Amino acid sequence: MRIIQYREAVAEAMSEEMRRDENVYLMGEEVAEYNGAYKASKGMLDEFGPKRVLDTPIAELGFAGIAVGSAMNGLRPIVEFMTWNFSLVAIDQIISNAAKMRQMSGGQFTIPIVFRGPTASAGQLGATHSQAFESWYANCPGLKVVVPSTPYDLKGLLKSAIRDDDPVLIMESEQMYGDKGEVPEEEYLIPIGVADIKRPGTDVTIVSFGKIIKVALAAAEQLAEEGISCEVIDLRTVRPIDYDTVIESVKKTNRLVCVEEAWPLGSISTEIAYMVQKRAFDYLDAPVRRLTTADTPAAYAPTLMEAFLPSVDQVKSVVREVAYQNA
Amino acid sequence: MAKKKLTKEVYLKWYEDMLFWRKFEDMTSALYIQQKIRGFLHLYNGQEALLAGALLAMEPGDKMITAYRNHVQPIGLGVDPRKIMAELMGKVTGTSRGKGGSMHMFSKEHHFYGGHGIVGGQIPLGAGLAFADKYEGRNNVTLTYMGDGAVRQGSLHETFNLAMLWNLPVVFVVENNGYAMGTSLKRTANHEEIWKLGLGYEMPCMPVDGMDPAKVYDAMHEAMERARSGGGPTFLEMRTYRYKGHSMSDAQHYRTKDEVAEFQKQDPILIARSVLESKKWAKESDFEEIDARVKALVQECVAFGENSPYPEAHELWQDIYVQENYPFIKE
Repeated sequence: MRIIQYREAVAEAMSEEMRRDENVYLMGEEVAEYNGAYKASKGMLDEFGPKRVLDTPIAELGFAGIAVGSAMNGLRPIVEFMTWNFSLVAIDQIISNAAKMRQMSGGQFTIPIVFRGPTASAGQLGATHSQAFESWYANCPGLKVVVPSTPYDLKGLLKSAIRDDDPVLIMESEQMYGDKGEVPEEEYLIPIGVADIKRPGTDVTIVSFGKIIKVALAAAEQLAEEGISCEVIDLRTVRPIDYDTVIESVKKTNRLVCVEEAWPLGSISTEIAYMVQKRAFDYLDAPVRRLTTADTPAAYAPTLMEAFLPSVDQVKSVVREVAYQNA
Repeated sequence: MAKKKLTKEVYLKWYEDMLFWRKFEDMTSALYIQQKIRGFLHLYNGQEALLAGALLAMEPGDKMITAYRNHVQPIGLGVDPRKIMAELMGKVTGTSRGKGGSMHMFSKEHHFYGGHGIVGGQIPLGAGLAFADKYEGRNNVTLTYMGDGAVRQGSLHETFNLAMLWNLPVVFVVENNGYAMGTSLKRTANHEEIWKLGLGYEMPCMPVDGMDPAKVYDAMHEAMERARSGGGPTFLEMRTYRYKGHSMSDAQHYRTKDEVAEFQKQDPILIARSVLESKKWAKESDFEEIDARVKALVQECVAFGENSPYPEAHELWQDIYVQENYPFIKE
């Protein structure tokens, strides 16, 4: 199968859907003439022209709101945030308008919109540019929140998101745009709300999503050499969550570790832990554990950033603990 | 579109419509005191000319969006007023099946795009409606209303810039009733000429006497024709006054009764009536007939609302997602 970059998968998904439906358009900062801040819309202005690929001023509140209004009137916008960190100045349009319009109008107005861009940290960028928003937005009914961790998942899920009649948020990562992976030439869709077992195993279930799953997968690889078999589940969607896949795995392994790049309080890991203790209490042989970022703002220095993020060694250590292999 | 003549029929319609809106709002106020309407309730009394003049300027397919003082606009656009009253009472026969309430009226059929509860949140939405009309090549205009309190929100300034940049067919209308809740305009900005905010964006802008439906129509017609012919946005500061408090819980300590009385002398309904009288387009018995019709329709609205059921509890999970069987977390 051919290998392409994550950023190419983004551009392919958007371009294919724009060829399919004239009402789909893309707007955001630097998406047109600059070909995307991370080149994730490369070539799209040339193909679709300035009517459908629009550069905006740095005014997230304004252009997010215009996009939502255009969706009320029949269009299907894709809004790129250069990073989800910048979505905070537009959050009223996402939470109060996009997520609520259908319900407040008694089903009269639907908002078929995609908001997408990179989330969480991307190296040493300091506190304002290193925040993870998956659990924030996943908290809000009316939205769907998708966090694809591979080029294959991104393409299939982004295409589904663009065709979805509900508002969908796609969370990517600056540090994944260069990732390469197998993506078939032929068209495919991946349903929103279905988790994927990225690595099958028998001893410990690890639940993760997004960029940080690479840490979980690296830990699982190394733990296999120690004789501990980890099953790594990629949630792929954090609203709605595919609880069944997690519960089935825990019933088999009897152990659960969550690995998430987010602050601990009210995280997706917390929600997974609640549902697992409720639905699989009698199957658990160890406390559910979670590895999140530190409960602090991210900081600039390399030592501090290392201390902030969950590491492979930490995952290995916690997995050994729940497997009682601590010797 | 050619300018319409302000005929006898126009004034008769204005008079009856505005009187109905006034009496409808008065009734909601009475029902609120009886606790049959709950939540927040913001009345349009005094501002009726802003709607009457605009409706005459609108063409089929033109759109309207506003903030939360929004009960009578959909009625003016053609929504059955009984459904608005039912929505206010939280009944399943309401425009949003009892899910929106006073601040969130909508009618897709009649091009009323809400009914928005966050101050200034609807301003970019209005530009977005116009963006879609332009994108699709439809020759329509969106009227985007806001209160004077909303003009200090960033959403207005970001939207003004984008609407000019993209030359969108939109008219921004500020209903300047002098008070953002209980805070007068002069206590929130260094000048009170709101229309001048358009100047920085080179957007055509002007103040308008918002108490006279004829003057509102003139300004609206000019602005909407500019937008319709590709001339882009306009910003109109409609100077008006609300007779009632910001909402029902407002004791109105921030203004005097004399001030309210002064504005009531320029009441839009009285203006329409005096034109009808001076031109001898209506006689006393005509006004009595109109009054009786208005009163009867208001009573019909109340009866419809009161006789309608509340939505059943399972409705809480409906109309949120288009997706059928969305897996809501339950416990």
